[in-house]
Amino acid sequence: MSADADTLPRVTAATADVTPPRPFLREHWPWLAAILIAVVMPWFFFNWSTGRHSGFVLTMLSEIGLMTIFALSFNMQMGHTGLLSFGHAILFGLGGYCTAHALNAIKDGGLWLPTELVPLVGGVGGLFFGILFGYLATKQRATAFAMITMGMGELVAAAALMFMGFFGGEGGVSTNRVTGVSLLGASYSSSWQVYYLIVVWVVICVVLMRLQTMTPLGRMANACRDNFERAQFVGYDPRMVRFYQFMLSGFFAGIAGGLYAILYEIVTFDTVAAPKSATALLATYIGGAGGFFGPILGTILVVLLQSGVSLLSNAWLLYVGVLFIIMVMFAPGGIVGLIGAHAPIARIGRLRELAVPYIRVLIPGLFTMLGVVALVELASFTTIGASQGKKLAVGGLAVDTATALPWIVAAAALLLGGFWLRREAAAFRRRWDALMDEAKAQGAAV
Amino acid sequence: MSDVAISLKSVRKSFGATEIIRGVDLDIPKGQRHAIIGPNGAGKTTLFNLISGRFPVTSGTIALNGTPISGLAPHEINRRGLSRSFQITSIFPRMTVFENIRCGLLWARGYRYSFWHLLGRQKSLNEQSERLLERLNLGARRNLPAGLLSYAEQRALEVGITIAGGADVVLLDEPTAGMSHSETDYAVSLIRSVTEGKTLLMVEHDMSVIFGLADVITVLVYGEVIASDVPSRIRANKAVQEAYLGTEAA
Ligand SMILES: Nc1ncnc2c1ncn2[C@@H]1O[C@H](COP(=O)(O)OP(=O)(O)OP(=O)(O)O)[C@@H](O)[C@H]1O
Ligand SMILES: [Mg+2]
Repeated sequence: MSADADTLPRVTAATADVTPPRPFLREHWPWLAAILIAVVMPWFFFNWSTGRHSGFVLTMLSEIGLMTIFALSFNMQMGHTGLLSFGHAILFGLGGYCTAHALNAIKDGGLWLPTELVPLVGGVGGLFFGILFGYLATKQRATAFAMITMGMGELVAAAALMFMGFFGGEGGVSTNRVTGVSLLGASYSSSWQVYYLIVVWVVICVVLMRLQTMTPLGRMANACRDNFERAQFVGYDPRMVRFYQFMLSGFFAGIAGGLYAILYEIVTFDTVAAPKSATALLATYIGGAGGFFGPILGTILVVLLQSGVSLLSNAWLLYVGVLFIIMVMFAPGGIVGLIGAHAPIARIGRLRELAVPYIRVLIPGLFTMLGVVALVELASFTTIGASQGKKLAVGGLAVDTATALPWIVAAAALLLGGFWLRREAAAFRRRWDALMDEAKAQGAAV
Repeated sequence: MSDVAISLKSVRKSFGATEIIRGVDLDIPKGQRHAIIGPNGAGKTTLFNLISGRFPVTSGTIALNGTPISGLAPHEINRRGLSRSFQITSIFPRMTVFENIRCGLLWARGYRYSFWHLLGRQKSLNEQSERLLERLNLGARRNLPAGLLSYAEQRALEVGITIAGGADVVLLDEPTAGMSHSETDYAVSLIRSVTEGKTLLMVEHDMSVIFGLADVITVLVYGEVIASDVPSRIRANKAVQEAYLGTEAA
């Protein structure tokens, strides 16, 4: 599990840092496009007749933003340093608690800090706890490290319910982001202001974390991940590399936690708990830990599932789990790895030949998926749904989960789709392998 | 300051009950090119592991430039100017060839754990890495993940990472093993030029490499030094011929 060192060698870092400089726009347009999309996105959901933003969409986008920082900070440890942490949320949550207390202090007049800079309190908190916990955890690597972080996660989660003063017990710490102190004169009473504040912080953090991969520490983190013993013999103490990397990762996780406190105006025990840590792990793994972009894609997907699908289905967590298992089994490089695998074929200009094979697996794939979803939903509606008094409806048509027909249809879709998918998948693989061989023969494989 | 680069005093090493290094005394003066030869399993690599701090000694002392280094961690020994290569290639397979070399340079150039220097902007560092890459004949491979290099190229990179930092004492463990004749010739001339004025301790099986490079040869058999002398006299040494060269030549 430790950073899949046994898979094929992969270059994880941009080699761009030493090739001749390209024009800023040509090199960075995907980033600029992403920022642009982030800025205009809320306006697609703007209700022009009432003149109001969609609160749901803004909250979801804000969540994507802060979770992006969180997942990337997690990947500073996992993807870049080969450290699998099961307790990363403690850095996030503790940063959040610090921020909530700071906001309350600002409100009381005991502290002066503009709201725009309040996330820094979370960052400093995360840094502090990163130093504290990192000092202990980074003495070990690999499995021992994972176990220690898991223990720390449990420890903090337990402490959160015990130490009322700092954690506020079960109820958590409530706060109010409208402190009246702002550099820009914004009140942050409406959620679009908060969203844009988060966007700015996401941009800052993403840029900083990206640049960090191009520093001596960032490179040596990769080196220690790949071969910690060799790193020692070029003068580096792998333990210190892990420690600094953990510490910095805590800083960014803390900023994410700070933004969380500002967004929700309450920080509770679940910000430090294991499911939060798992979310970072899921997002990173689904998106791809090998590259820098992976966790961003993974976060978008996971939060959409979390916020979007959870409205439609009680079983959303199950879908995330299934997706995770599928990714681990069939695409250990995550979405980014999947996309990257096409590069050799793209280089010989024959990507188009995959279109038909793709469509041919997608159709049975869709069938199989519908079968799975239908079964899951039927099951969840007979159990949880029934107790909530909900009724299953497909396209406005009520479905009676007590009759056999829907179950039979769903099972048939799953079985037939699965059978069909297997055949098409084999054909797809043959086509893929042939194209790959062709690419190798033309020397485009690397 | 003493003029002995590496000094071993009755060094012993046991793995469990078996004693692999059985009391080695050895002084290697500064600036000397020193070869260690011996049959397979004699303990040559183990001796390197002891000197470079990879394993602790069971007893005895090792000094580098007059100061004891037994008990220090490998990175601390490296920072005192001793660098080593590995018999079993040990590189950073997922990083590019260029970055492998640059990693070898970072600490020596004083970058430490910096997270505020952008490597792309470190002109002199990058140029130095580039120059070394050219000398290693790996210039054309610079952007390839090191794990995809051919075996001989990985060997060259292994040596490159070791010498990149400009350590004063260089330990090379079978640097030319697995290389073709021309590759070996090139590697020997490269090693000779980069270790100019430095202390070199190398393990080799290729006799032409040893007799071409070494000022002094030490013969290690079953964890004991049976001879340590200039090449011509080692060649003539009866005990050495029996224990090692004879079997090799037969
Ligand atoms: N970590 C270890 N644990 C146990 N035994 C070891 C260890 N390292 C080496 N040995 C043993 O020590 C002996 C000497 O090994 P070493 O690698 O030093 O030999 P060598 O002289 O380098 O041989 P070669 O010419 O094959 O490289 C061998 O018998 C080996 O099995
Ligand atoms: Mg050996």
